[in-house]
Amino acid sequence: MLIFEGVSYRYAGAERISLRDVDLELHDGEVVGLVGANESGKSTLCLLASGLAPRSIGGTLTGRILLDGAQTAGRPMHELAARIGIAFQNPGTQLSGVTATVYEEVAFGPMNLGLPLADVLGRTRHALEMLGIEALAERDPARLSGGQQQLTAIASLLAMRPRHLVLDEPTAQLDPAGTRLVGEALARLAEEGASILIAEHKTDLLADLVSRVVVLAKGRVALDGPGRAILGDPRLAELGVAEPSGVRLARLAREAGLPQRALDLAAASA
Amino acid sequence: MIIGGLVGPIALLLLAVIVPAVLARVLGSLIRTSLLLTLPIAVSAVLVNVFFFAGGRHVLVQLGPITATAEGLSFAVQVLARILAISGAITLFYLTTPPASLVVDLERRGVSPRLAFVANASVQTVPAMVDRAGAITAAQRARGLDTEGSIWRRVRGILPIVGPVILGAIGEVEERTMALEARGFTRPGRRTLLWAPPDSSAQSAARWLLLLSVPALLAARLAGVLG
Repeated sequence: MLIFEGVSYRYAGAERISLRDVDLELHDGEVVGLVGANESGKSTLCLLASGLAPRSIGGTLTGRILLDGAQTAGRPMHELAARIGIAFQNPGTQLSGVTATVYEEVAFGPMNLGLPLADVLGRTRHALEMLGIEALAERDPARLSGGQQQLTAIASLLAMRPRHLVLDEPTAQLDPAGTRLVGEALARLAEEGASILIAEHKTDLLADLVSRVVVLAKGRVALDGPGRAILGDPRLAELGVAEPSGVRLARLAREAGLPQRALDLAAASA
Repeated sequence: MIIGGLVGPIALLLLAVIVPAVLARVLGSLIRTSLLLTLPIAVSAVLVNVFFFAGGRHVLVQLGPITATAEGLSFAVQVLARILAISGAITLFYLTTPPASLVVDLERRGVSPRLAFVANASVQTVPAMVDRAGAITAAQRARGLDTEGSIWRRVRGILPIVGPVILGAIGEVEERTMALEARGFTRPGRRTLLWAPPDSSAQSAARWLLLLSVPALLAARLAGVLG
């Protein structure tokens, strides 16, 4: 379980606090969507959850972050890496830059953990299968499209088999097919008991995937509740978050005075 | 060179560079690359030694105050042979050893994974930077930047490209470092390696022979047996 207790964070050299008094619990097997306007603190929260902030980038943290009952502060990053994985928005920087094939890239993390070779190979194969990118195994990661690189980066993360996953806009560079593949892989991981925190602009993806949604505004938790309720909340637009297309359709139908049957159809698609 | 004179470098060039290059079928690439790399330094070394060799007595050509001597020419040929032997050996290594194989083998033999990573990343960075420069050049051209025409125009065109290439690479370092940390790269101890480069007993014997020949040749040189 991942717990934030009264967490505030200020980046090194920054005047304002990026995250303020955040209380959050992420239970095992729970998939939580994290939404908010630009600079609302989503990426900061992801960095803190993974343990990379303040350890790697400095800054000031107050409050406590607990991962499986122990504070993340002071624990070595390689120890956290086996428990919690993070994927960033830009796939290019997530690749190691030293591997010749996608297969080697996906295996890079398990290799770092010093696992037995059979285990490394098994994890690599499984991660490639989960994202449907076995056909890319022999390709040079540097020569892939942005979407293929993102799928490779996520497969690399899955190969680490962390109990907790933090994904900062993982589908930003993916087409609808790639987004669907990622969504399916994450749903399968959640079924296996992993907890997943997804910061995402694509609320349509979240509507299909998450059980709970947290909305951040100016570094604070503005809304926190069941996915469907939060994604249908009329305050979402005021908080700078795009409604899922189904919710928007229903709202537009209502505003246009369409009959109840149209509203029901729109609601069913939400 | 341990073996002095002209015989040593030429023998080394033949035995340690040309013959292995023929066996590895890279002789053509070796000659092209090696000449390209050594041409400027070879030309300057030959000119300096032929025309400005101190103590030359047998004059070959007199060009005003400059004199080319037979001793200078002999020494220039020796220097040229040494330069070609050194550049040929380095080029042969580059042509026959994929960077990934080198790094994996170094790591397998106990070199720190971080050191191996740095070595590999340094090699891989070059094509990545070339790709980035190409993309930025295309983007700048699309916005009207002139990178063709006179030299002055080209120089002016380079400036808006160099900045983004370098700043972009620096900007990515922090996120790449975090990504590596999140993938357990900072874990102490040995990593699992996926493969090992093939290493026959003949290759191993050849390496030992070369290693042992260095002190043997040094001893022979000091004893006055060689050159």
